[in-house]
Amino acid sequence: MRRIADALEVCRQDGRLAFIPYITAGDPDPETTLDLVRMLADEGADMIELGVPFSDPLADGVTNQRAAMRALAAGMNLATVLDLVARVRKTVKVPLVLFTYFNPIYRMGVEAFARRASQAGVDGVLVIDLPPDEDKRYRRTLTATGLDPIFMLAPNSSDRRRELVAACTEAFIYYISRAGVTGVRDDLPAGLREDVARLRLTCNRPVVVGFGVSRREHLLALEGKADGVVVGSALVRVVEEVGGGAAAVTGIRNVVRNLLGRS
Amino acid sequence: MSGSVGPNEKGYFGEFGGCFVPETLMTPVLELAAAYEEAREDEEFQRELTYYLMEFAGRPTPLTFARGLSEEVGRGARIYLKREDLLHTGAHKLNNTLGQVLLARRMGKRRVVAETGAGQHGVATATAAALFGLECVIYMGAEDVRRQAPNVQRMRILGASVHEVETGSRTLKDAINEAMRDWVTHVGHTAFILGSVLGPHPYPMMVRDFQATIGREVREQILDAEDRLPDRLVACVGGGSNSIGLFSEFLADDGVAMVGVEAGGEGVASGRHAARFAGGAPGVFQGTLTQVLQDAHGNILTTHSISAGLDYPAVGPEHSRLHQIGRVRYVDVGDEEALAGFHFLARREGIIPALESSHAVAWVMRTEVLEPHELVIINLSGRGDKDLDEVARQAGMGA
Repeated sequence: MRRIADALEVCRQDGRLAFIPYITAGDPDPETTLDLVRMLADEGADMIELGVPFSDPLADGVTNQRAAMRALAAGMNLATVLDLVARVRKTVKVPLVLFTYFNPIYRMGVEAFARRASQAGVDGVLVIDLPPDEDKRYRRTLTATGLDPIFMLAPNSSDRRRELVAACTEAFIYYISRAGVTGVRDDLPAGLREDVARLRLTCNRPVVVGFGVSRREHLLALEGKADGVVVGSALVRVVEEVGGGAAAVTGIRNVVRNLLGRS
Repeated sequence: MSGSVGPNEKGYFGEFGGCFVPETLMTPVLELAAAYEEAREDEEFQRELTYYLMEFAGRPTPLTFARGLSEEVGRGARIYLKREDLLHTGAHKLNNTLGQVLLARRMGKRRVVAETGAGQHGVATATAAALFGLECVIYMGAEDVRRQAPNVQRMRILGASVHEVETGSRTLKDAINEAMRDWVTHVGHTAFILGSVLGPHPYPMMVRDFQATIGREVREQILDAEDRLPDRLVACVGGGSNSIGLFSEFLADDGVAMVGVEAGGEGVASGRHAARFAGGAPGVFQGTLTQVLQDAHGNILTTHSISAGLDYPAVGPEHSRLHQIGRVRYVDVGDEEALAGFHFLARREGIIPALESSHAVAWVMRTEVLEPHELVIINLSGRGDKDLDEVARQAGMGA
């Protein structure tokens, strides 16, 4: 089962950017998330990132912070997120990546987490505060259960770190577009396209760009440079504006169609 | 150095510690560790730091024999207070901020950010930034802004901009989240001045080293005064910097017992407390693997203490190690008991202590927690000027 690699390979052969929407699991309730994931898959998402709500999301901007608080208030946690994934998996084939902080996994136990995540149908796991320098056992355990551990690089990562991360990541490298937290930005940073193109060559891994990617022109700018883009806060803020249910599905569908130039 | 155990080169004290940060912070954290290793060995850096500690901050601080407290405890106890309350800005925090801000300047940073709980670390950071001409931004939980208002004014007068943090429990942990978000956004020219022995490596080691001056002075002072080492050291533990600063010098002295006093708040059973060793479990929080108050799913719990400086859900990783190997005993003292310690010290010793330090005083005053004829040192980590409004409010006297 290499759903992530296969999905990125299909995009590469089609000569297009993989579109990877991010939503916070259980924001504002689990049923909305189920509907959103189905809709996103129908709209052509190549992969979907599900955020695991955490009480202290120190790498997130206000939009995702508030989404995490809404999901926590709805009773979500790592265990209920995995239950949700298992339900999603019954009808959705698209690769699913969990985006999480480390403590919920540590608390559950890395082995138990890997087993349950794999059984639920998770494909990859990105832990924002677990650099590959820490806990090699984590990486081995995930890989052994068929999960892809995904690590990040940032503009200020040294060459040595680029080599380290490339060596630890098979599916793709998540490239943080700029120093800072998650959130909608007007412009992509100058030089990003060149950085990504260079990284893709030197690291010999697919490169997916996230943090601040929020507009149609951002996607167009990265076309041919990156393998994929993650769009998060631009979708999550719709939930904040309209609440859950059908309004969220319609609102986010419109944003996605705009991003993909289908409206 | 001294009797401290570790950390290893990856920042681990036994199984605790490490460096759990987003990738954008990995390079700056590694650079900081390298710069600190270099500065630590650099005589010129150490000379300059010592100069400011003595001529600007007022070191060494006195070790005062507490006659009233010794009489009250009785059974031949001899109790001394290490007077960090007399350090410039009113607490031990300046030992660390002078070191870190000097290091930031050496690294060419022009802006510093810091979190603060009780406001003492914020004031100490603002002070050092003013002294060395760096821009200073302080994050402080809105709840703490309310209960430590005088310190907010002091920071602003010193030229710092103070941002109120409205997220989460609106206390220290949320201020650290926000300071780290600022740091990750302005990482090139900004140094994060962390106020306790918390966070990713090298902070727990570096902050300990800067605070270890407390214990080194105490050793000399008590040998002068009593011609022997103390039987017991007592200090309050929030993140744990004043306690580790006192303890680390004596860790290799087996005859010296150590007690770390956590905030029991309204009692561990009430759930409204910050007693990490009584109610927590190992976890990864704000960059380090350590003892954390958390729920069954790994979400961090909100805490409560009358003292803003102890109101934090995790503890420094070296403390987790010292607890695990049994070298330091950790206890908790609640709000009311701490207040009693506060008033006792004011009336009988003529010293108004910080509410944080009052927890350590209060533990020593418990019935027969000391063996007869013990020689005890309490780290009086700060003074209580900042707490007057809160104490008045608690007493229902109205401020």
